[in-house]
Amino acid sequence: MKERVVITGMGLVCPMGNDVASVWQGILAGKNGVANTTVFDASTFPTKFGAEVKDYDVRNFTKNPALHENASRGTTFAVGATAQACKQAGIEIDTDSPSDGIDRRKMGVYLGAGEGSVDNVNFFNAVANAWDDENNEMDWGKWADVAFSNMDASYELEQEPQMTGGHLALLTGARGPSRSCLTACAASTQAIGEAAMMIRSGQADIMISGGAHSMIHPLGVSGFSRLTALSRRNDSPETASRPFTASRDGFVLGEGGAIVILESLTSAQKRGAKILAEISGFGSSNDAFRVTDMHEEARGAVQAMKAALKDADVGIDGIDYISTHGTSTSENDSIETLAIKTVFKEHAKDTPASSPKSMFGHLIGATGCAELITCVMAIRDNILPQTMNLNDPDPELDLDFIPNKPRKAEVNTVMSESFGFGGQNNVLIIKRFE
Amino acid sequence: MKTDRQVVVTGIGAVSPLGMDVESLWQGLLDGKSGIDTIKAFDPSGFTCKLAGEVGEFNIRKHVPKSFRKSTKLMCRDIELSVLAANEAFASSGIVTKATDPENTTVDPTRMAINFGANVICCNLEEIAPSIAKSSVDGKFDVKKWGTDGLETLTPLWLLKYLPNMLACHVGIIHDIRGPSNSITCGEAGAHIAIAEAAQVIARDDADVALAGGGESKVNALMMLRQRLNERATTENNDNPETACRPFDADAKGSVFGEGAGMLVLEEKGYAEKRGAKILAELVGFGESNNINNAFNRLEPGAKGTQFAIEMALEDAGITTDQIDLVIPHGTGIPQDDIAEATAIRNALGDATDSAIVLPTKSMLSNTSAAAGALDIIAAIKAMQTSTIPAAKNCENKAAGCKLNISQSKQQKEIRYALCISYTYGGQTAAVVVKNNY
Repeated sequence: MKERVVITGMGLVCPMGNDVASVWQGILAGKNGVANTTVFDASTFPTKFGAEVKDYDVRNFTKNPALHENASRGTTFAVGATAQACKQAGIEIDTDSPSDGIDRRKMGVYLGAGEGSVDNVNFFNAVANAWDDENNEMDWGKWADVAFSNMDASYELEQEPQMTGGHLALLTGARGPSRSCLTACAASTQAIGEAAMMIRSGQADIMISGGAHSMIHPLGVSGFSRLTALSRRNDSPETASRPFTASRDGFVLGEGGAIVILESLTSAQKRGAKILAEISGFGSSNDAFRVTDMHEEARGAVQAMKAALKDADVGIDGIDYISTHGTSTSENDSIETLAIKTVFKEHAKDTPASSPKSMFGHLIGATGCAELITCVMAIRDNILPQTMNLNDPDPELDLDFIPNKPRKAEVNTVMSESFGFGGQNNVLIIKRFE
Repeated sequence: MKTDRQVVVTGIGAVSPLGMDVESLWQGLLDGKSGIDTIKAFDPSGFTCKLAGEVGEFNIRKHVPKSFRKSTKLMCRDIELSVLAANEAFASSGIVTKATDPENTTVDPTRMAINFGANVICCNLEEIAPSIAKSSVDGKFDVKKWGTDGLETLTPLWLLKYLPNMLACHVGIIHDIRGPSNSITCGEAGAHIAIAEAAQVIARDDADVALAGGGESKVNALMMLRQRLNERATTENNDNPETACRPFDADAKGSVFGEGAGMLVLEEKGYAEKRGAKILAELVGFGESNNINNAFNRLEPGAKGTQFAIEMALEDAGITTDQIDLVIPHGTGIPQDDIAEATAIRNALGDATDSAIVLPTKSMLSNTSAAAGALDIIAAIKAMQTSTIPAAKNCENKAAGCKLNISQSKQQKEIRYALCISYTYGGQTAAVVVKNNY
């Protein structure tokens, strides 16, 4: 007998607020989290704005903030999001002797966690000092001199992506299976999907899952900028993320931490935990096409969507809402639309779909979980979140993208999609718990 | 595993400091060779740790299909190593993929999964240095100058050389693998966790075949600096490289880092039998947990998480402790970590610890990080195949507190089950039980 997988807690630190309730209210009010970049001086960059987390202080979420003070920006977001989710789910944190009755060996962690930023002062200075322009080579002795005297051991270690999961284990005492994956922009959806599979098979009763990432730093922004993936609408940052429009010119780089508590139905009912929704399907595939581009016929995306529907035992007439990847890049929005049309056939046009990235930006590794949380809220309130800034729809992208205003609707079964660089496709089906 | 879809290993591939294939890895271990030497990839004279386990030179263009040669420009070292090991793994499995004969493939690409342990790839510092230098005034980096002068000189696809999923992405394209693809970023436990997940993908019927393992190169200035600053890399024996990495030895002073890739072809047992594949071993048990320690650069004293992982793996395999004949531990050569791991093994195996022979491999292979767990499983499979356990190297005097039966000399022994263990800074830890199929 396979275990059913339910969600019993959620936590969110994102550019539109530092808890689920305020982010959801902001979405329904059509607000957004995009503004000029303040994390570093981006005034000379081709893109001078982003969706930053604001007024965040990890001390508001844990009794032991010192344990996380050297952590990467993304990791600190994950700590706050996890604290919120655990509180909702009734999991005690910051204690060596919890009285919540949860066997820590059956509670694991699975994150789509991103790497931290390089040391933006000392790393760059070491390289700058060591480059011998005349001979076109590095003087490694010089590099070592500067780097060894200035770079910090702990800061260096904290950049590695597995560290985020380590901090969450420290926070929660989790001793169950612990994994971290980094499949670009699809990472946290994949983490949640695989974590759900671990609960289904009985490997764990509870999984703390989701993602955390911040690439709002000079190299991160530069990398995306060189790929021409970022919007350059510097004169209007708040309308820059405009998925499915004719005038879309790239995504808006965001950051954040998003966590859900996944739990076996047996465990949730035994504990009397409040069940927020059920994860009923997961589909995952690889384009195996090109390093740089999505498959032209959306081969991988279609395969993952079909696999998720089959896993959830839902037909193409059974989805009330699609939370799209909808990045606002030319390529993604076109190919994703094609994928929806291919999978949903005659039901494509009457299945509402939208992109919350139009409001909180693209949280990269964390984005899938942040969007999953909005799906759960949509089911709770029977309201579909809108695609903001959708004033000039691309005529080729002629689906119901819920322009500019949230919509009341009966929402019971939802599909959430994430696609990542390299051809990573991950799709979840979330449904109202009955 | 508690499943009606058992998972077997039908192909293995290894690129390591001991050589470019599985045979050279295994012969090297049998001969007690060391792949550790003075760093050649960059001039380490200014470093206090000057040693690494490096893979020899090769031309990646010769190892990919003609149509993929252009893409080799986007491959950094971690990716190249993985491509080589994947080629060998598929070749040894007898599965024909798109890479070897596109017209006559013997596998449905949508029923193949891929799952690698990997790390965020360290950018090639020489590649980025001119852009950084251009953006600096009097040796100080100026981010505004970077915005105007540096950024645009960065190669356009720079980001795609650094994402950890690019190892599986390139290999997936070359062999046309279209099922679930994941990249596990769990440091030195990456390969074991990737292999566990791939096996679970097969067990739950989302694939019949999976390519799983890990690849990484720590041989670059930034990664070496990171390991040294955290006092994990040894500064001793720079003049005597072969003796530098000493897992569980009284004179151990730290680890030596390296590079490599190890890949397994996994298949559902019935699928493998139907196509008449040679089954090399069965993966019967997995356990995973967390070591919890706020000093992240050191293993939790007593390594409770690793103990739990071993216990879970044995339970998953449905075997008793005395059925384990060979243990390949993580054994880095970092004294406190080795003691903690030895304690965990003894706590998990109890009295059976005395009869299980322990073979640490990093004294010969170096610490290949995300690749390490896969190379160790391959070593275990070769030991089963030949009923031979190599002698441990550089462990003449066991450290106090290390109560393990370390392999003292090469010996013939039939191995029923082998236990492979890994853990990483950050906390993740895993154990895999391999069953002999000979």
